[in-house]
Amino acid sequence: MKASNSPVKFRIGKSGFFKGVIITLAFSCVIPLLFILAYIIKSGITKINWNFFVNVPKPVGEPGGGIANALLGSAMIILVAAIIAIPIGIMGGIFLSENRKSKVAYWARLCIDILQGVPSIVIGIVAYFWLVKPSAFWGFFGWKQGFSAISGSLALAIMMLPIVVRSTEETLKLLPDSLREAGFALGLPFHRVILKVVVPCGVSGILSGVMLSVARIAGETAPLLFTAFGNSYLSTNMGKPMQSLPLLIFNYATSPYNDWHDLAWGASCILLMFVLVLNIFTKIITRRWKVQL
Amino acid sequence: MKTFDNEAVVARGNNDPRVTTTANTSALKTTNRDRHSHRQIWTEKLFRRVLFGMGVMMVVLVVGIMLTLVVQSIPSIKALGIGYLWGTTWDPVRDIYGAFPFLLGTLITSFLALIISIPFSFAVAIFLGEYYPKGWLPDLLKNTVELIAAVPSVIYGFWGLAVLVPIVRSFESSIGQQPIGVGIFTSSLILSIMIIPYAASLGRSMIQMVPSHLKEGAYSLGATRWEVIRSVVLPYVKSGLFAGVLLSLGRALGETMAVTMVIGNTSTIPKNIFQPGNTMASVIANELNEADRVIYSSALIELGLVLFLVTVVINMIGKRIIDRVTKD
Repeated sequence: MKASNSPVKFRIGKSGFFKGVIITLAFSCVIPLLFILAYIIKSGITKINWNFFVNVPKPVGEPGGGIANALLGSAMIILVAAIIAIPIGIMGGIFLSENRKSKVAYWARLCIDILQGVPSIVIGIVAYFWLVKPSAFWGFFGWKQGFSAISGSLALAIMMLPIVVRSTEETLKLLPDSLREAGFALGLPFHRVILKVVVPCGVSGILSGVMLSVARIAGETAPLLFTAFGNSYLSTNMGKPMQSLPLLIFNYATSPYNDWHDLAWGASCILLMFVLVLNIFTKIITRRWKVQL
Repeated sequence: MKTFDNEAVVARGNNDPRVTTTANTSALKTTNRDRHSHRQIWTEKLFRRVLFGMGVMMVVLVVGIMLTLVVQSIPSIKALGIGYLWGTTWDPVRDIYGAFPFLLGTLITSFLALIISIPFSFAVAIFLGEYYPKGWLPDLLKNTVELIAAVPSVIYGFWGLAVLVPIVRSFESSIGQQPIGVGIFTSSLILSIMIIPYAASLGRSMIQMVPSHLKEGAYSLGATRWEVIRSVVLPYVKSGLFAGVLLSLGRALGETMAVTMVIGNTSTIPKNIFQPGNTMASVIANELNEADRVIYSSALIELGLVLFLVTVVINMIGKRIIDRVTKD
């Protein structure tokens, strides 16, 4: 009796043991994240005050510096990137969902998959050669090239594109065909069916894709290193170098000055809040409208 | 009524010969209503063309990215040849370029990070996929793990610099290494945190797709929970888990900012994992803006090209596996 019982007990015990191990490992993943969040917020929140939002960085040693240039720069660069990427991305997504079998759609889908995996620094290099490095092509149009915010926006737009395209395509694919057919049966032309019936039905999915992509590019630094470059003054000229939050964090975090570290902590805190709020907001939207991404 | 018919048929993109005939008859009449419908058909064609153009543009964009990288690295490919990839010295001042230290640094950091992160991400996948697929606590865990991927990499780098580096430094001095703090080991630690979500979320969805009759069969034979997981669930999803690991690897290879901030940036071959080093991405981030000669910048772009090709291949293999697994 005992001889047959003990292996069973052993097996049950082993099962329980591994369950414990897996639960422990799974929940210990969360610890570093909570640690990072707590540390960033704790070090950043005390540095944030009114001056922090309205001033530009002061020379080392002078109190009262802020990150107004980076906030404005980030907002402008992201806005322009979104203006470039969102229409193209949504139309690309519509194309992929409406032409599921065509050859061009197959290649386009493949390219979107590739684009999604390309390291951000490579996108930065490419944007550098397209818009920053002086070339005869742009010289022909009379544009003097150099580090510019617009090139940073282009790099970020390329990074946004696959997310917007993918979420649009996946959302529209889930809509029933009867919706389109009802539109066609009423005699609506193709573009009306798409723009007035299909897209409004999938708008929550598309919107969450857009927000996710903005959250992703808001923290991207590598593509901006060779494009927007950074600027310690307030600038609103898209053709000139411009500061942005991640660039400021990178430059000041690796500097030896404590004043600059303080600015970087405050900036990290703001960037982190922005990204997390966008992500949580997206989660709520996808849950409420049962969108699948 | 006829015009409406036309539109509907054309709109469906039907290849029916009827389309042309009805379109012709309506083209013969020039009533007001027909002119209106002509304009609509024209708009519709334009709309289709624009959509098509977007699809073509995506292909052009990716091909353009690749061509740009290839064209810009031609000077270095010509001057340095294939030996560039295993040259061990990187000294731009003396015009000697060898990429081996960076290739090695990238491989070591990525694989070390994978080894550290795999137990955690698989544990999350098994926990969420098999033990507790529903409920508020698993939901919370799932969303929190996904947030790990949302935190910007520069913030990981800053945190690593401020918190992890001193910890690693005291750890190094306690095991008798040079207490540097920054180095390959530190960047692997940061990377391993950052790549957990990729393998975890893919693994979770794969594990949830295991047919329940297989598991029930094993249970009815008297298997325990763990035995079911080990000999039914895991073998069933092993290619899916492998795809998740590949996606994580792709992320780790191309990760730039966090690594750049904590790896120490030296261009020599590291003697052990506690030494500072450099990865392909971090050397590009550090040196491209200072590269003043064509050959120097071109050598860096060639690194970018290698990085691009490697990540593309890894991601493609991963996607292929996922497609094959989800189709069954």
